[in-house]
Amino acid sequence: MDVNFSDINYLPWLIPVGPLLAFVIISLLTNRSKWVPATDHHEYGGHHPDYDGMEVPVVTTQSRIASIVVGMSGVVAAWLMSMTVFFEGISTDKLGDKTVFASGMNWLDTGLNALRMGVLVDPLTTVMLFMVPIAVVCIFIYSIGYMAHDPRQARFFSLISLFAGAMLTLVVADNLLLLFIGWEVMGLCSYMLIGFWFEKKSAYSAAIKAFTVTRVADVIMLLGIVYLYAMTGTLNFREILNNPETLDMLSNAPAIIFGSWGLSASGLIGIFLIIGTVGKSAQFPLHVWLPDAMEGPTPVSAMIHAAAMVSAGIYAIIRMYPLFAAGADPHHGVYSEPLIFMAVIGSFTALFAATMGVVQRDVKAVLAYSTISQLGFMMAALGIGAYVAAFFHLITHAFFKALLFMSSGAVIHAMEHGEHHVHEHHHEHDEHDEHHHHDETEPHHFDPQDMMNMGGLRYKIPVTFYAFVAGGISLAGIPLITAGFWSKDEILADAWLGLTHGYGPPALVFIMLALAAFLTAFYTSRQIGLTFAGQPRTEEAEHAGLGGPRSIISRTMQLPLIILIPFALFAGFVGVPPEFPIFGAIFSPDGNPFFDFVKYTVLEAFQPEKPPFSWWPVLTSFGVALGGWYLGWLLYWREPVKAGEEDPIKRILPESIYNTLMNRYYLDDLYKMVFVQPSQWFSRVVVSEFIDRGIIDGFIHLIARLANWIGDLLKLLNLWLIDGVGDGIPQGIVRFGVWLRRVQTGRVQQYLILAIMAALLIGLIFVVSTTVAAN
Amino acid sequence: MIETFSFPVLSAIIFFPIIVAVVILFMDNDKQRDLIRGTALTTAVVLLVLSAMVYFGYNNEVSGDGGLLDRQAVWQQLGEQYTATGTVDLNAIEGVDMSVFDETTLAFFENYPAYADIDGTVIFDHGLAFEEKFTWIDSLGVSYHVAVDGLSAPMVLLTGMVAVAGVLISWRIDDRIREFMAFFLLLVAGVYGVFVAVDMFVLFFFYELAIFPMYLLIAGWGWVKLREYAAMKLTLYILIGSVVALIGALAMVLTANAFWNSAEGDAIFQAAQQAGVIAEGAPKFNFDIVQLTLAGEAGAFNALGYLGIDTLTFANFWFPFIFIGFAILAGMFPFHNWSPDGHVAAPTAVSMIHAGVLMKLGAYAALRMGVQLLPEGAQTHLPWLVFLTLVNVVMGAFIAFRQRDFKYVIGFSSVSHMGLVSMGWASMNTIGMTGAGLQMFSHGAMTALFFGCVGMVYDRAHTRDIPSLGGFIRRMPWVGVAFIVGGLTSMGMPGLSGFIAEFPIFMGMFAASDHITLQIGSFTLSNYYSIIVIIAAIAIVITAAYVLRVTGQVFFGEFDAKKYPEVGDITITDRAILLLLGVPLIVLGMYPAIMAPMIQAGIQPVIAILGGM
Repeated sequence: MDVNFSDINYLPWLIPVGPLLAFVIISLLTNRSKWVPATDHHEYGGHHPDYDGMEVPVVTTQSRIASIVVGMSGVVAAWLMSMTVFFEGISTDKLGDKTVFASGMNWLDTGLNALRMGVLVDPLTTVMLFMVPIAVVCIFIYSIGYMAHDPRQARFFSLISLFAGAMLTLVVADNLLLLFIGWEVMGLCSYMLIGFWFEKKSAYSAAIKAFTVTRVADVIMLLGIVYLYAMTGTLNFREILNNPETLDMLSNAPAIIFGSWGLSASGLIGIFLIIGTVGKSAQFPLHVWLPDAMEGPTPVSAMIHAAAMVSAGIYAIIRMYPLFAAGADPHHGVYSEPLIFMAVIGSFTALFAATMGVVQRDVKAVLAYSTISQLGFMMAALGIGAYVAAFFHLITHAFFKALLFMSSGAVIHAMEHGEHHVHEHHHEHDEHDEHHHHDETEPHHFDPQDMMNMGGLRYKIPVTFYAFVAGGISLAGIPLITAGFWSKDEILADAWLGLTHGYGPPALVFIMLALAAFLTAFYTSRQIGLTFAGQPRTEEAEHAGLGGPRSIISRTMQLPLIILIPFALFAGFVGVPPEFPIFGAIFSPDGNPFFDFVKYTVLEAFQPEKPPFSWWPVLTSFGVALGGWYLGWLLYWREPVKAGEEDPIKRILPESIYNTLMNRYYLDDLYKMVFVQPSQWFSRVVVSEFIDRGIIDGFIHLIARLANWIGDLLKLLNLWLIDGVGDGIPQGIVRFGVWLRRVQTGRVQQYLILAIMAALLIGLIFVVSTTVAAN
Repeated sequence: MIETFSFPVLSAIIFFPIIVAVVILFMDNDKQRDLIRGTALTTAVVLLVLSAMVYFGYNNEVSGDGGLLDRQAVWQQLGEQYTATGTVDLNAIEGVDMSVFDETTLAFFENYPAYADIDGTVIFDHGLAFEEKFTWIDSLGVSYHVAVDGLSAPMVLLTGMVAVAGVLISWRIDDRIREFMAFFLLLVAGVYGVFVAVDMFVLFFFYELAIFPMYLLIAGWGWVKLREYAAMKLTLYILIGSVVALIGALAMVLTANAFWNSAEGDAIFQAAQQAGVIAEGAPKFNFDIVQLTLAGEAGAFNALGYLGIDTLTFANFWFPFIFIGFAILAGMFPFHNWSPDGHVAAPTAVSMIHAGVLMKLGAYAALRMGVQLLPEGAQTHLPWLVFLTLVNVVMGAFIAFRQRDFKYVIGFSSVSHMGLVSMGWASMNTIGMTGAGLQMFSHGAMTALFFGCVGMVYDRAHTRDIPSLGGFIRRMPWVGVAFIVGGLTSMGMPGLSGFIAEFPIFMGMFAASDHITLQIGSFTLSNYYSIIVIIAAIAIVITAAYVLRVTGQVFFGEFDAKKYPEVGDITITDRAILLLLGVPLIVLGMYPAIMAPMIQAGIQPVIAILGGM
């Protein structure tokens, strides 16, 4: 192979290398800690426990700085190379149709076929290479400040570097196996990062939950991959997806299971792969891990929930779309099983998660549910064949959700700062007045993420406020001026088109998504109202802040917000429908640029139809976004919640519904009852105690007892029958036994020497016989 | 055909530890402890170096132009040509540079095209290297014949690694250190002997040699509560298994002898002698595996009417005995229960070598003696034996999930993972069997690493009760990280060796699914291998669950400094162990090309014998 990395076909190999190298360097070289006596945990924002009288490792200042430099260099290098590829990609005519940038090499020889690893840049990859590195660089900058006081910041940078490297690997992969590798490594990173503050039980439980739940899905996905490979002999995307014969073959072959009910191989493989995404992108019923994953540091949340992991799930199914649509034609009312599966799961999840978002008190939890809900939008869009619209929403969502998460992180940081301030203040107070000491042991229960503790933050952290609003209106889909509006509108337009033809799935998708969009606008408005409007509801909120405008924390945490605001607002202008009044003429005079670029990823037969312009979906988008936002404004802005007041939503909703929503429809308890406990019972009682110890060992022990019994019987017979044949022999045996026992217990080496002698003797015989044989 | 060192490296590997074991016995247990440890360590390191020489020396033979893989491609094409046309045409070979081939070899094929039918990979180019062969007991047809092939070379390397790790982890044993080290080295020698044996007699000899120090090590240095029970259980299970297999082997030798003496067999025997495949003057009554393979390939074990039953053949009758007899040592259900008890009762070093290498001995011998010599039996019986392997995989994982004792978790996880090896054998195609070979290496290093970690925790905490541990990664970061690496390997995380082993096994099972059927009376079960894979996949999830549970409970959470005052970071020797066993998992996972082609080359002859691809 003639490798030349200045060649655009080989350059993509280098994109993930920077962050991966950074991971290695930080883990091996710049992760030095010194042991210092444990200090007050408030210094670390309440994430680390007290270790009374113990020494704990804290990363040295040099290592801290070196790790930041190495980590940043890695991602910036990746970003620069991605930009090179990106511009090369968008300036190539009809990229994906005829030309792609690709190269590969052998990786694992398996018989006649060797698995090849390679990179591929087609329109999908090109766009991802624009979004992912920018978001990742922002998250890295943000982490400098957010983790500035954490005793394990170097480790944090090494892990997020690996995370970024894995995501970029997944993006440039040219085959399902490499994609899966990136996918799994990300799963591992999310496990390590969600459980980053591993001393907290809640954190490592959340990490285990996230990993186990996604693992269930991943294994099913792996089966899909294995099955696909067994059917086609390759895992390369273009060889499978851009090859009509392969797709035909797959859609006509009956599946190994349910094949007799008409399920095709492509259908079964498709469903297996989609289940992988259901786990990774937290769709119902495997969404349960995602809200808990908020236990991780906030930059991680941004990484997982916006830029990388959950997006990767949707990216994978967008990538595999032709396989799902093989043998179907969603634009003419012919749906395959995977498509219907996606449409149903996606639209249900979109609405289902949105209802839970409405009542959350935790600032990050609202965003978590909104993530689940928005990913449902994308999945539903894909289910009705709106391939480009789903991808468009993936990109805009990544930007505004990264912005929202980082803003919420800034809010939390500000609240922790306030908490720290209050705590210190109390300390000073205590020195004067010992009586208060007993109250002092309590403030651990203060929750800096609870929105009911906030209020009035608008004037404390103005930059964060503007960033939050920008992200929020984009999420809510406030018309015309936000990216979220354009991408949601495109999904609704596609669904509307199907609806007017009278097809079932698009009708379902349209109704569910419109309702979900309404709720989205409402809870976003509620969230901003609760957090920023009115007066501070607690002393902590009163003292909230990012440590002054000149501090490194405040700068590094606000810079990424400022960078991302324009993307959250204006990224949608690349995908304005040309027929849209005024905006179409400004932004898309020559046709929808995003649509025209991305559609060449797949074969012409799968390219989605461009929906004709219609006022109904547009008006629906306007209505639900503005209506939801207005309702939120009525409840939370006009008369902001005051200290000690209840959440208005609690007054409005009946108690049973409120509790159901707060408890996540009791799904966690249900899963525990239905899956976790029975499998534990099964392992313990049935398999371990009954089969393994009971039957198998029991049988063996029975035989042993039987053998003993027979032995005793024979001995008895011996006494009866042949007693007196000669006392010498038994006595000899007894004496031998005594000697043997001595050998076995005490002087084993004698035994061994005997054995060695025997071995040597055999060796001697062997040598002699060889010599004789040779002569 | 393969160049070897002039130095008899395999014999050195086997006999050097035996000699050192004897020397150690003459040292003083009280005054010369460090000398004993130093000698044992030096020996183990020398063994590791020699093993690595064997491994990489063999690896060079496999890859590259004219390497074993290339030649195997030629043999395969020749066989296909002969089947199609009845002749061979060397000019029609595609994709291989023929100039690297030895002229005399090629000339032979042109002169005797009929031999292309009996696949070249089996007979002329079985890929044995570092071969040493001496007649041992002429009248019994026993010769001391050792060599490595693509399957055993990785096992030799693995044994070297675990030997070094085992000596290092036993560093702080004070009780009768002399005997401990001597037995340990003997055990290592026995294991090496089995892996390199090409003669059935030699194989059995070393097989038993490995079991006997095992018993003493567990009974003498093990966990007091369980050691006598476990040692006896282990020895009985393995001995019974090997006796059953031995009887089968003897029957096989006799049958082969009868075949060679028949008119048809004699003709083949003479021709093979002329071709140099069978040594000049070799007896027909012979334990040599190459000669027996030839007999099997020529149909010696496939005659109907065995034991007077019309539909029975020798291969069909004896295969289950031989295969299961050895697979007992690989922990095959329902004969697996000796293994977790044995692991738990054994001292750490013995657990490491036991789970890491000894269980592979069973899987390896089951393949060598069962599948390779009795291919027809394999085709008849593996389609149902695969259900037992499935039970292994799923049940082991479930039981591991519920254990409170740290060591039992790992013990049952070994049962589960070794089930995957047997499952890979049952796929009977190149992909699946290559995966099984990789799994043997991967699981060996991984499980030794696990036991090392458990031992280090136990040494400091003095308990293995999982719920009462916690937060250990704070005090023992190296062990924590190593355990996580091992855990990720065991759950098949891509980028680590577990994935590149399990993925091909699953692929092989899927690929085998459409042509393997199981006949039960009038009922034919077909396409069920894929269902088996799907069920086996449950085990991966359960594996993830128990690994994470154990990691969470032992290494994460809050550390109780008052309860575990002695827990501190590990010594330099412990770190060496973790690196020695952990790094190969990562290297192999990232770059499987250093082992996969070699194992594939070792599998190829077996596949050729099975008549598949």
